[in-house]
Amino acid sequence: MSQPAGERSFPLPSQIADVPGAEGWQAMYPYFSRFQPEDDQRFWFYNSMHFPEVVPAFDGITSEIPYTAIGANTARLFSFPTTLGIDYRIINGRVYITANPVTDPAQVEDRLAHFQERAGYYYANWDRLYAGWQQRIEALIADIEAVEVPELDDLDDLSVVTGARGFASNHLVRENYHRCIDLYSKMWHHHTEFLMLGYGAYVVFFEFCKQAFPEMGDQMVARMVAGMDVTMYRPDDELKKLARLAVEHDLADLFVEGNDPEKVLAALTERGAGGAAWLAAFTDAKDPWFNVSIGDGFYHHHLSWADDLTVPFAALPRYVEQVRAGEDLTRPTEKLAAERDRIAGEYRALLDTDEEQAAFDQMLGVCRMVFPYIESHKFYCEHWFTTRFFQKIRAFGQLLADRGVLTAAEDVFHLRHLEVEDALADVMVAWASGGTELGARHWQPIIAERKRIVEALSTWSPPPALGAVPEALNDPAVKMLWGITQDTIETWLGSEDDDGSTVRGYAASPGVVEGVARVLLNVNDIGQIREGEVLVCPVTAPSWGPVFGKIAAAVSDIGGTMSHAAIVAREYGMPAVVGTGTATSRIRTGDRVRVDGDRGVVTVLG
Amino acid sequence: MTSTRPVVRFAEIGIADVSVAGGKGASLGELLRAGIRVPDGFVVTTAAFRTAVEHLDPAGELAARVAALDPADAAAVAATTREVRDRVLAAPLPDSVVDAVRAGYDQLCGDCGRTGLPVAVRSSATSEDSAEASFAGLQDTYLWVRGGEEVLDQVRRCWASLYSVESVTYRLRRHIPEDDLAMAVVVQRMVDSRTSGVMFTRSPLTGDKSVVCVDASWGLGSAVVSGDVTPDSYVVSKVTGEISRRTVATKTRWHQPDPAGSGVVETDVPAELQDRPALSDEEIAELVAVARRIESHYGIPQDIEWAVSQSAPAGENVFLLQSRPETVWAAKDRARAAVPTARPFDHVLNLLGGTRPPAGG
Repeated sequence: MSQPAGERSFPLPSQIADVPGAEGWQAMYPYFSRFQPEDDQRFWFYNSMHFPEVVPAFDGITSEIPYTAIGANTARLFSFPTTLGIDYRIINGRVYITANPVTDPAQVEDRLAHFQERAGYYYANWDRLYAGWQQRIEALIADIEAVEVPELDDLDDLSVVTGARGFASNHLVRENYHRCIDLYSKMWHHHTEFLMLGYGAYVVFFEFCKQAFPEMGDQMVARMVAGMDVTMYRPDDELKKLARLAVEHDLADLFVEGNDPEKVLAALTERGAGGAAWLAAFTDAKDPWFNVSIGDGFYHHHLSWADDLTVPFAALPRYVEQVRAGEDLTRPTEKLAAERDRIAGEYRALLDTDEEQAAFDQMLGVCRMVFPYIESHKFYCEHWFTTRFFQKIRAFGQLLADRGVLTAAEDVFHLRHLEVEDALADVMVAWASGGTELGARHWQPIIAERKRIVEALSTWSPPPALGAVPEALNDPAVKMLWGITQDTIETWLGSEDDDGSTVRGYAASPGVVEGVARVLLNVNDIGQIREGEVLVCPVTAPSWGPVFGKIAAAVSDIGGTMSHAAIVAREYGMPAVVGTGTATSRIRTGDRVRVDGDRGVVTVLG
Repeated sequence: MTSTRPVVRFAEIGIADVSVAGGKGASLGELLRAGIRVPDGFVVTTAAFRTAVEHLDPAGELAARVAALDPADAAAVAATTREVRDRVLAAPLPDSVVDAVRAGYDQLCGDCGRTGLPVAVRSSATSEDSAEASFAGLQDTYLWVRGGEEVLDQVRRCWASLYSVESVTYRLRRHIPEDDLAMAVVVQRMVDSRTSGVMFTRSPLTGDKSVVCVDASWGLGSAVVSGDVTPDSYVVSKVTGEISRRTVATKTRWHQPDPAGSGVVETDVPAELQDRPALSDEEIAELVAVARRIESHYGIPQDIEWAVSQSAPAGENVFLLQSRPETVWAAKDRARAAVPTARPFDHVLNLLGGTRPPAGG
C-alpha cells in the first residue's frame, strides 16, 4: 500500500463501542475471544462469509472449534511455512479474524522442510487418504446420530441393575453431552485436514491461469475443474426425481404451492400403490440427502430439510409442473463434462509453449484430484454432521425444558456450551438428590437478557475490517479462503466514496442483467419469487436450488467464487455477484437493480 | 495469376500475391477465398503503377533526382517532392491503365447492380516494413468515392503519396533504391456502415490470447481509427464467447458519407444515439466468430477492421474490411507462466511454501 497507515484506516477495536441496549454482550462468549488492547496494532477482518449474523451464545462454538482445528492443521500438523493459524475475536456479536504469519526467514525455512514432507505425503497419497477420510467422516456422522439424551425417570431401568452397569443415567447426561462436543471438535479437525491443501491446489492453478490469461474471469478456473458427480447437487436432484415419480404415479395434484408437508404425506398414504411407491422413494431419498442445511452450517437455526420439510415441499410443485410440461430435469452431466473439457482444452491450446502446456496439465490434474473433496466436504461436515449435532443439542435443551430449567428447548442456544454443561449438572444433582433444579431462577433471566442483546446487536453494521492497515497482505491462506487481498482492502477503504447505490462483491458468474430485486432472508420464502426477478439473499445452499430455474440473476451477502450460489449460477448461465456482505440490507424488494456478474457489482437503479 | 495485368479482382488473388497486390489487397483476396464476408473489389496492381511511372518518367530522370537528394536538406526535399507529386497528380495516365481501372470499376458496378457505386480507395504497400508504411503515409484511404474518373484521381493520390516528404526522407535515410518502388491500390465497395470499428484477436492491453477485443462506434470506421471518438469496448472470451467486459462509451462524433455525393463528413452523433451500444450481442458474437476464423486461417493474432451494414439483412450484415497481423505483442517475448515440476503437486508446495521460482525462468 503506497499511502502510509494512519491517513486512511479502519476503526480500531478499542474504538468500537457496545451497541446501545446490548451492553454486557461479552458474557455470551469466552474470555479468549475478546479484543485486547494490543489487538489495535493488528489487522482484523470481519468474517462475513461464515458469520453474517449475530452469533448466539451457544453458536460461539462454531468459531471456537473450527479455529482450533484449522490452525492445528496449518500450524502444527502440516507446518505451513508462511502462516500459523487464525486468531479470532468476537465484538458486538460478530467474528473478526486475523492470520498469524511466520515472518522470520529462518523459521520459514525450517517449517518449509517439514511442510514439504508432510503436505507432500498427503498430495502423493491423496486418493487413498481421501477414501479413508470418507469412511472416517461417515463414522463420525453415525456416532453423532447415535448419541442419546438419557431419560431421567423416577427409577432407572431394572436392566441397569441386573446388567450391573454400575452407573446411573444422570452420568450419561454428562457423558453424552460431552460426546456431542467432542465429536463436533473431531469433525472440524477432519474438515480442515484436507481443506487448506485442497484450496492450495486450486489457488496454484488459479494464479497460473491469471498470469497466462490476464483477462480470464475468476469463475473460469472453477469451470475447468468442476466435478460432475457433485454431492451438493444431489439433494436437488433427488427432489427432481421425486417430482418425476409424482407425475408417473399420477400424484401431481397433491403437490400444490402452499400445501402443508404433513398433509401431503398423509394424503399420499391414501393413494394406493402409487402413493406407497412415492413414499418409499421419499424415505430413501431423505436419508441422507435431506440432511442439507438451509444455511451454511454455522448457526443452530439453520435446520436441515429433514428437520423442516417445508423447504423441499415448497420446491416440489414447480418441479412437478416442469415435468408435466415435458421438461427434462436431469442434469446433462455428459454435456457438462464435455464442455468443461472443451474449455480446458482450448485454454491449453492457447498457451505458447509445450512447457507451459505440460505445467498446465500438471496443475489442472492436481486441481481435479483435490476437487471432489472441496466440492463434497461441505455436505458431510457443515450440512449432515452439523445439522445432526444441533439437533442433539436441541434434545438436551428439551431435557432442560422438561426439567424446568428452561422455558423452551430452543433457549439452550442462548447458553455457552460450558454453561449448558453447568445447567445439565444442575439437573444431574437434582435428579440424584431428589431435590429441585435451581436453574430456572439462575438461567431464565440471563436468557431473557441475551435475547434482548441479540436483538439489539442485529441492528449493528460491522465494519469490514478493524485495526491497523497492513503494509502488505500476501498470506496465501487468507487469500485462499476469504479471497482477501490488497485490492479488497483498498475497496473497503474506498467504499465510503460510494454513493450508496453500489454493492460490490465477487464476480461469480458472468453476464449483466437488469431486473426487479426480491430480497429473501429465508429459504422458506422461496415461494414468493417471481419469474425473472433478481434473487438477493444472505447465502444460498442446496435447498435454494429450485429458485435458480426462475430467477434472472443471484446476489448474496456471503460466499466466494466457489460458493453454492456461484456454482449453480454458472451452471444455469446467469449472472451472479456473491460475498457482497451487505446486499440484503442495502437492496429492497422491488428495487430495480443491475447485476454485473463480470465485475462483481450490483447497482440499485431505483 | 499474371503479374502484368493492371487490374485484378479480389477473387483472383491470395496472400502469396503481395508483390502484385500489396499487403492489403493480397489479404483481402485471401479472406475472400477463406469464405469471409469481404466487400468485393479489385486491385490496381504494382504492374499498373510501373506502367504509369514509365509513362511519366521514361528516362528515369525524376527517380534520379529524388535519389540524389540529401535527406538533411529539408528545403530541397520539400521542393523536389512537391514537384514530383504535382506531376504524378497532373500527368495523363497511359490508356492501358485508364481503361483497365474504368473497366474494373464498371464491372464492379455491374456485379453490385448499381451505377456510380461508392467505393473506398486505399493504398496497399508491398513492403513488409510496417514502420515504413506508417511513416510514409502509405495508409492513405479515400472513402465514399463514386465514378470511374473519381476513382482514377484517388488512385493517383495514393501513388503521389509515395513522394511525400516523409516517405522520400525515409527511403533516403534507409538507402532504399527508387527502382524498387511499387505500390498497389485497393478499390473496394463501400459498406453503408451503421457501426464500424476494429478488433484484435488478443488483448492489446495485456496480450491475453484467450480474448477478442472489439472497439465499435457509429458510422464509418475512420472515426474509430483516427481516434475522433471514444468507442464502445468489449472483451470477449474466445473459449466461451462470453463478454467479460463491456464499456458503453458516450460516442459524440461520427463520420458519414457526404450526402452531397462523395467523400466523408464529420459531425456530432445525435444525442439519443450517443450512449446507446453500437453493437448488439448477436453482432458481437458474429464478429468474434469471424475474428477467430481469420486468426485460425492465418495462424497468428490479427488486427481487423470491420463494419456492420445498415441495409444488409441481419446475419449477412457484418463485413470485414481489412486484416493484418498484430505486431505489438507479437514483438514482445512474454514470460512463461510456469514450467513443469518433477511431481505435479510440487507446484502447490512451491507456492504455499513461498519458494515458487520467479516466472519466466
